[in-house]
Amino acid sequence: MKFSENWLRTWVNPDLSSEELGHVLTMAGLEVEAMEAVAPAFNNVVVAEVLEVVKHPNADRLNVCQVNVGEAQPLTIVCGAANVAVGAKVPCARIGAVLPGNFAIKQAKVRNVESFGMLCSAKELGLAEESQGLWLLPADAPVGKALRDYLELDDRQFTLKLTPNRSDCSSVYGIAREVAALTGSSLKPLEIQTQPVSLTEQLSVNVSEPQACPLYCGRLLRGVNAAATTPDWMVRRLERCGLRAINAVVDITNYVMLELGQPMHAFDLARLSGGITVRRARKGETLPLLNEQTVELDEQVLVIADDAKALALAGIMGGQGSGVERATRDVFLESAFFYPDEMAGKARRFGLATDSSFRFERGVDFAATKQTMERATQLILEICGGQAGAISEVSGVLPMRPAIALRRSRVSRVLGIELDNNRIAALLQRLQFQFTANGDDYRVTPPSFRFDLSIEADLIEELARLHGYDHIPALAPQAALRMLPYSESSRPLPRIQQLLVARDYQEIVSYAFVEPQLERELCGNEHAVALQNPIASNMAVMRSSLIVGLMEALRFNLNRKQPRVRLFETGACFAKADGAYLQTQRLSGIAYGAMQAEQWGSPARIVDFYDVKADVEALFAPQPLRFVAATHPALHPGRSARIECSGQAVGWIGEIHPQWQQQYDISSAAVWFEVDLDILLQANVPRLGEVAKFLPVRRDLALVVDESVSAQTLLDGMRQTAAPYVAEIALFDVYRGKGMEQGKKSLAFRVLLQDTQKTLTESEIEPSIALLVDAMKKHGAQLRM
Amino acid sequence: MQELQHILDQALQQFAAINDEAELEQVKARYLGKEGSLTALLKGLGKLSAEERPAAGARINQVKQGIETALQQRRDALQQGKLAQKLAAEALDVTLPGRGLGCGGLHPVTRTLERIEQLFHALGFAIASGPEIERDFYNFTALNIPENHPARAMHDTFYIDPQHVLRTHTSPVQIRYMEGHQPPLKIISPGRVYRYDSDATHSPMFHQVEGLWVDEQISFANLKGVVQDFLQRFFERDDLQVRFRPSFFTFTEPSAEMDMSWNGGWLEIGGCGMVHPNVLKHVNIDSEKYLGFAFGLGVERLAMLRYGVSDLRQFYESDLRFLKQFN
Repeated sequence: MKFSENWLRTWVNPDLSSEELGHVLTMAGLEVEAMEAVAPAFNNVVVAEVLEVVKHPNADRLNVCQVNVGEAQPLTIVCGAANVAVGAKVPCARIGAVLPGNFAIKQAKVRNVESFGMLCSAKELGLAEESQGLWLLPADAPVGKALRDYLELDDRQFTLKLTPNRSDCSSVYGIAREVAALTGSSLKPLEIQTQPVSLTEQLSVNVSEPQACPLYCGRLLRGVNAAATTPDWMVRRLERCGLRAINAVVDITNYVMLELGQPMHAFDLARLSGGITVRRARKGETLPLLNEQTVELDEQVLVIADDAKALALAGIMGGQGSGVERATRDVFLESAFFYPDEMAGKARRFGLATDSSFRFERGVDFAATKQTMERATQLILEICGGQAGAISEVSGVLPMRPAIALRRSRVSRVLGIELDNNRIAALLQRLQFQFTANGDDYRVTPPSFRFDLSIEADLIEELARLHGYDHIPALAPQAALRMLPYSESSRPLPRIQQLLVARDYQEIVSYAFVEPQLERELCGNEHAVALQNPIASNMAVMRSSLIVGLMEALRFNLNRKQPRVRLFETGACFAKADGAYLQTQRLSGIAYGAMQAEQWGSPARIVDFYDVKADVEALFAPQPLRFVAATHPALHPGRSARIECSGQAVGWIGEIHPQWQQQYDISSAAVWFEVDLDILLQANVPRLGEVAKFLPVRRDLALVVDESVSAQTLLDGMRQTAAPYVAEIALFDVYRGKGMEQGKKSLAFRVLLQDTQKTLTESEIEPSIALLVDAMKKHGAQLRM
Repeated sequence: MQELQHILDQALQQFAAINDEAELEQVKARYLGKEGSLTALLKGLGKLSAEERPAAGARINQVKQGIETALQQRRDALQQGKLAQKLAAEALDVTLPGRGLGCGGLHPVTRTLERIEQLFHALGFAIASGPEIERDFYNFTALNIPENHPARAMHDTFYIDPQHVLRTHTSPVQIRYMEGHQPPLKIISPGRVYRYDSDATHSPMFHQVEGLWVDEQISFANLKGVVQDFLQRFFERDDLQVRFRPSFFTFTEPSAEMDMSWNGGWLEIGGCGMVHPNVLKHVNIDSEKYLGFAFGLGVERLAMLRYGVSDLRQFYESDLRFLKQFN
């Protein structure tokens, strides 16, 4: 909501500077977003009349003018503007004037002719971006009057960021009413006179939807000159509230809306056939609107129609071909009330947001609907002439304003401060709320212009607002002290994040929406969760994995010549599931470049699968993981695995596919992993078992097998034997090459045997080892001697 | 007698001149070995009379002890010298860099969130979370924002389908939590939220922390107290002031925008208010018995002020040169 400060001050004029007034409004919840002077600073500029124009003796393009500035003697001023003419009224900057840009006007010789001032364009006064020649003022501009006073340039435009509850402040009078309540200053009363009725005719008005439109006022005006000039003061106020002048009748309806908050519409009577009906649109009915958009309607939409067709979207916008134009002589004027519930979302449905729909959606004062009609009539008769008929009024059930109970005790409890009865009564009075008091209990009837007051809390907010939030102290709450639960069977996320930080990973946060093609290609996801209204085409679907963000981050850093990049992220990943959406928290990381930052003390080595595997195992420790060779669209098919924990798939690990390495310009393999966070967050409360008192016995088994046999196969085989005393089997060496047949490898396992009660003897150890070796035979394993 | 003194002097002299442990042991044999001079004297005692024998024996033993002591001292000295030499030879250049992995770091938003969580945890707030693809009902309707309400226009919403949105705030977590818990309750819900907006101060995805306290004696003054306490602790500035300005949220009443004092002016830091009775009604909490407050803070905003970040987009670029400054 934009408004002119000067206009506001005609209704209420508190003893406050502009800045102070802005502060009062902001601190009352009417946030002042901007406050701008309507004109830049300049002085000593007056209205002048050009009396004589003579060619400059020494310059083709210059004229020497005699200019009346309201003094006995005209001034001689040299002027270069092409449009200077005898009789023109123009702004004249006198000697001593300072124009915008700190441009001082001095007496000067222009090609040997003395000049005593400067005739100005609007641009030179900082009031237009571009100007063609001098600013030609209206013929009735008073010669000699200071331009700032004549045009009311010492004014400011305020822009309020209105919250949806405060529709009552979407008019200058409404804001004035609020300022009066806030400051205690007196508000000039609205004195709207009933206009004389000199026409006997009335247009029939039929409201077939009284629930949507419980009040409709219409009035005929004949002999109206719509081509009349809109007065300057009105154009100025319209402009300072952000509206352009169109024609006198439309300007008046807009002006009245800005003044009182009631949107109006004016129809050209000659273009109507029959009476007016407020009805539901018919399905398939179309309506070309004033903005040249044609909308297709249905029964949801309320229209203003004549006997033949829909004329306007009720409360939103008029249609083409029925509005007032310059040639219009006879007018049908509408001032109505539409229920906010009826209006909600209707304009948006057609991609519209108008001054009218803005107000009706939030609530318009239904007690002022008829008054507004009188006010608009008065202005039309004054400016455009004509005669008015009686108001046709159709009314139904208007919004109720039931009294609301307000308890002083509740006020104290909610706000945490005591307000005494005098204070409460004073505040309610300032707000123009009707009320009765019975001790500490009040019954408050909200005024018709407030649509945000229906329960006690609404009134408490009003009291707090007017009392001043600043006068409510900041107090520490008093409550019973209780400790929070602290479960040991879950690990806090920070501990997991810290673990990766300690392993030299840097955390990132990336957008949860990604490019659909990457989601499809890197994640193999053909059914991504898509946004209906993405902000950009490369942010159109929700990620199903964190890999896209990590790859993009890797690329970003490689482009900035980072030699070594180790990143991780935690966040939600999304998938569709039977009309619902699965949202899984995941942890994912990527490692690229040297295992250790370039250094002196150990041979340089590029990070590989097993380095990252160790990171993943550390994350899950002490829970054991299994890595099952499997393929993933983003990963090298021979160097990727599904990660399983307790028989459940929990994630992926692998080298980025060489094809993607190429596409992303990655010169060496990057290794990526991703795991479900939920499982990582689980933990077991430790339960102590027996601590062995005897030293374990170690036996090493070197097994020669085909390359195709995995270490896991052998480990599983040995564990399945459940050989007695075996406490641990672990792989500690892999050998290929000299002394080994082509296509074979040797895997060396450390076997620890242990008994809790005694030291094992050879005769106890041997059968166990034999059992293990025997089990390996079915995998073609031979003991390496 | 003189002979004994001579032997002792000679031994001490010889020991002092020796710099090798093996040689020292050889020289020791000359005195104390089977053929050693002192050993010979001891053997000669038998020839003395029973009266002379004790005194002579005592004198010899005294010399023997003197030799043994000197010998041990020399042995120790030689060993010390050898060790010192070894240690000198083993000296490292301690200024060479340490070997192995370095250390990574947390994202500034995570760092900020942890700080926020710790501070509220100390006051007994539990942490609650909820889905990011949220049902329209939880994001709007249950928060007293019916369909087509103009307040929806305040949220630039991303839609997934007509019933689902990317949550525009963490407030729906309030509802989900209150559905499953009875007062008194005290939670914060940190998380990612989404708005259709993008420039240096707006990101289509950012983080919020929502706070909720529902109890029998909780007032607007307490809300102000808790928020001020938090901001003073978060910024470690006891003089930091909080200003509340009336505002409008459908799910709180009275509602306020929170400003905090900063560099001589005021900065908007979030929205808050007393939980609206309709919201409590939605989750079957008796609004006559219980009152509550709720607030929402922008995490990036706090991080930007705390760490001097001026462009919000930097948080999501994953630029290591930016991120490492928070390690």
